[in-house]
Amino acid sequence: MTEATPKPIPEVTEELRPFFAAAREGRLVVQRCTACGRRRFPPRDICSECLGRETEWVVCSGRGHVVSFNVMHQVYHPGFAAEVPYAVVLVELEDGGRMLTNVVDCSLERLGVGLPVEVTFERRSGDIALPQFRPLG
Amino acid sequence: MTHRLKGRAAIAGLGLTPMGRVYDSPMGFAVEAVRLALADAGLERRDLDGLLLNPGIAWSDAAMGSFALQQAMGLRDLRLSSTMNAGGATAAAMVQHAALAIDAGLATTVACVFSDAPLKPPKPAAGDKKNGGSAAAYGFARGLNAAYGQIGVNALYALVARRHMDRFGTTNDDLGAVAVAERAWANRNPAAQFYDTALTLDDYHRSRWIVEPFHLLDCCLVSNGGAAVIVTSAERARDLRQPPVYLWGFGQGHPGGDPIDTLTSGAPLARQTAFAMAGIDTSDVKVAELYDCYTFTVLVTLEDYGFCPKGESGRFVQSGAISPGGRLPVNTGGGQLSSFYMWGMTPVSEGVIQARGQGGERQAAEHDVVLVSGNGGILSTHSTLVLSPLPS
Repeated sequence: MTEATPKPIPEVTEELRPFFAAAREGRLVVQRCTACGRRRFPPRDICSECLGRETEWVVCSGRGHVVSFNVMHQVYHPGFAAEVPYAVVLVELEDGGRMLTNVVDCSLERLGVGLPVEVTFERRSGDIALPQFRPLG
Repeated sequence: MTHRLKGRAAIAGLGLTPMGRVYDSPMGFAVEAVRLALADAGLERRDLDGLLLNPGIAWSDAAMGSFALQQAMGLRDLRLSSTMNAGGATAAAMVQHAALAIDAGLATTVACVFSDAPLKPPKPAAGDKKNGGSAAAYGFARGLNAAYGQIGVNALYALVARRHMDRFGTTNDDLGAVAVAERAWANRNPAAQFYDTALTLDDYHRSRWIVEPFHLLDCCLVSNGGAAVIVTSAERARDLRQPPVYLWGFGQGHPGGDPIDTLTSGAPLARQTAFAMAGIDTSDVKVAELYDCYTFTVLVTLEDYGFCPKGESGRFVQSGAISPGGRLPVNTGGGQLSSFYMWGMTPVSEGVIQARGQGGERQAAEHDVVLVSGNGGILSTHSTLVLSPLPS
């Protein structure tokens, strides 16, 4: 037990490739249905509103608010052993889409439903930048 | 006017294997549960002509599960066979599909089965590797959610519970009141895993956090075991060994969308169908066996069946309403929290026991209308049964 296990590095699936490519450049993108214009995250093959198959990835403002959060106390992955207790947060983006994410630079006491947040990026590995959120302002 | 299906079918047999840290294959538990249910009803294997299976997570190849179970039990000439999965709503849904098939003449006697074996036997400590922490052992953690440390279903339910707390002022005392009430019932059920262990609200608060707002004692008791019921026509049930448990009404509700917005399960939809068929209202329910994967699920379900207004379930349970001696006995066997977790078969089985009046020390005095709910996903799927010892 000499070195800490790193946090998990997400797999760049075909579905998430544009998401990670944008994040590497410091932009948060979500899917947008080209037929009905609805924005969505996490990505899907089929628009649940209009059943359209064509999507594009569009840049978000990066701002949103906390819909809900939990506080994880158990270590399900050794990469989080030093983090517990930590919060997983559901953020609603102001221009559409919801992300399960973390809010960094924020104590658990400060975290609350409705808290305004903005995107920031965490370098998880050489290739992977992970969108995270921090309290706005 | 009485609904045509009210009281047409009945549950005539119940089989429950030992539950908890007991070890067998999922198939082994399923076979034993059906055997026990047939014996309970006074039936033989050859009497069965229908088989519905809800495979738990330990079923490795569930796609043809009901056929595999048929072969394992040597059942011949079935007229109905299906493997079903709507999560925790499946058990009550299987009973519904059985009742409809019987009414339609597809089959006469249908076994509805659930089994699971997620708990592995303890291993000898040789070559202790448990602190290995090799990232390679965590192949599940490749997805985006895991990158944020979001792992497991507890954490997803916790998000919905937190939202309910934020909107309605629900507290951990409210959640704890459910855990304490169900434990008090379990203390009256010798078959419950926590029969011998009392629980106070202080004990609840002292139990370790799993994922806030859930303590360990907010979460169901993951168990090995099997459970089965035999559904047949009301006429046939009257000739069998056990007092018939008549199906007065049933329904399903699968609302779609995200329950974090509505804080509502599929119960309002399912209730509408089931109560209309049964010709009852919420105030007629004498006993409620509610799906309780988490304490929180019970709160939402109480609201959604109209036992209290939306957002007021905390006050309702803190009043003692659902505890022994309260005005609405809920989860009288101890539920998934204090007896055993067999998905939807936990509330179905206890509903049968209560409707028959076989609950012993935990038997509700009035049990002419017993409500059973099933719930799957994150408040995603829902099924309702209204059971009664009376034909109509």
